[in-house]
Amino acid sequence: MSAPGSIVVPAVSERARRLERAIGIAALLGIVATVCLGLWVTPADQVQGDLVRLVYLHPGVAWVALYLAFGLAAVSSLLYLWPRTRSLFWDRLAAAAVEVGVVFNACTLISGSIWGRPTWGVWWAWDARLTSTAVLLVLFLGYLALRRVPAEPEVRAKRSAFVALFAAVDVPIVHFSVLWWRTLHQGATVLNPDLSPTIHGSMAWTLLLGFVSLTLVFVWMLLVRYRIGVLEDALAGRELDAALRERRAEGDPDGADTPADDQRTLAPLDQREGERVAVEAGSAVLREGAR
Amino acid sequence: MWRDGLLVAEKDLRIEARSRVALSQVVPFGVVALILFAFALGPDRTQMARGAPGLFWVAVLFCAVLAVQRSVSVESADGARDGLRLSGLDPAGMFLGKTAAVGVELLVLEAVLAVGVVLLYGVHIVTPWLIVVSCLLGAVGLAATGTLYGALSAGLRVRETLLPFLLLPIAVPVLLAGTRIWQAALASGVASDGTPWLRLLVVFDAVYLALGVVVFGPLVESA
Repeated sequence: MSAPGSIVVPAVSERARRLERAIGIAALLGIVATVCLGLWVTPADQVQGDLVRLVYLHPGVAWVALYLAFGLAAVSSLLYLWPRTRSLFWDRLAAAAVEVGVVFNACTLISGSIWGRPTWGVWWAWDARLTSTAVLLVLFLGYLALRRVPAEPEVRAKRSAFVALFAAVDVPIVHFSVLWWRTLHQGATVLNPDLSPTIHGSMAWTLLLGFVSLTLVFVWMLLVRYRIGVLEDALAGRELDAALRERRAEGDPDGADTPADDQRTLAPLDQREGERVAVEAGSAVLREGAR
Repeated sequence: MWRDGLLVAEKDLRIEARSRVALSQVVPFGVVALILFAFALGPDRTQMARGAPGLFWVAVLFCAVLAVQRSVSVESADGARDGLRLSGLDPAGMFLGKTAAVGVELLVLEAVLAVGVVLLYGVHIVTPWLIVVSCLLGAVGLAATGTLYGALSAGLRVRETLLPFLLLPIAVPVLLAGTRIWQAALASGVASDGTPWLRLLVVFDAVYLALGVVVFGPLVESA
């Protein structure tokens, strides 16, 4: 199926696919179980009532976003920059981690807001933790914005890795400055909610299950996003080749078979959902680049 | 490294001395920002004096973005960036030189804006040394991060829009620390101790200066 000069889509091994599917199913089951336990099995809190049920979700989402995803992104960016371990694998892993992390980060803020409104009376409070989470979100949105700039994969990888590095270095400084900003000022009004005074029995287990299943969801999304990243790059390369052939054919009236050829190479890609997303994203990247 | 740094800084400052872009465009923009802030707050001077520290640093931050844009665009014409790369200068020196040039421009800007804040917002400075030190450390920090991001975005067509988005969130600690130090230094401000914030600024500057010295070489190569 590969026309001369086109890049063959790297085949994902059957074992990797099976692992991905298994993790996906485990994550789904875990989430369903957490929801059932959280909504029906566990009792309502004495003080907070049904609001306490957000506790099964919110800390787990925050753990994934703030530590797992962004930690992984920082480490893999560093490994990409290190000449000995330089490989596009780390770049794609970092990109996938940041993208999933940004989603989880937004979910952290949203679920926190939903909890904060009835508890504190406001959707948003300038609490230290909230503020640094928001700054982190903005920092990594910048990373994603940079990634959208069309470029050669290696150039983009290096650039993105540097931005991730600069941002990661900033995170502890932002954390401390925001902490002091709250506490050195009017210390008495620092919102330090006592989330769950006593947690035991079914509540503790549900909380733990929530952590595990959200971590599984993260891993599954990471794997899928990584696979899409590989396909995107392959597609961008392939479409570039097709465009080049088309341009060459313009000077050569007999070389009019290129568009059909292009269709044929792309056809098998449409079979699965992930690939279709990749096709759209890849051609968007190419259109951007052509402009 | 130091000699190369001096050379690059001298080059950038000489360009600035001849073109006067920062002096005739960036500094007046800062003053415009101060006037706009006053309009937003209303004519009440006590409110202005209370907000003065933060507004000063927000104006500095916005102007820093412009100064960095200018520092990058100086290199973009006539293949100057390639010339600089081929010149054999130490990349660490190049980083320090660019940083120093932007830093000097920011210091001039801060001096003008500080006078503007005193005159327009009617603030009274109690401990001037805190103001001076915070301006110095803030200028170094903003120049260092700005130079890093400027080099990173140098070759990009979307540089003008991307640079502020990348640079401003990174500079959050400078804004917070600078504002708190100013509050400590002003009579109308909230009484708060400035020294931990000075330390924070020193750490911020040291981290990004060190990072720049180490990574500027590969960074310029990739841009």
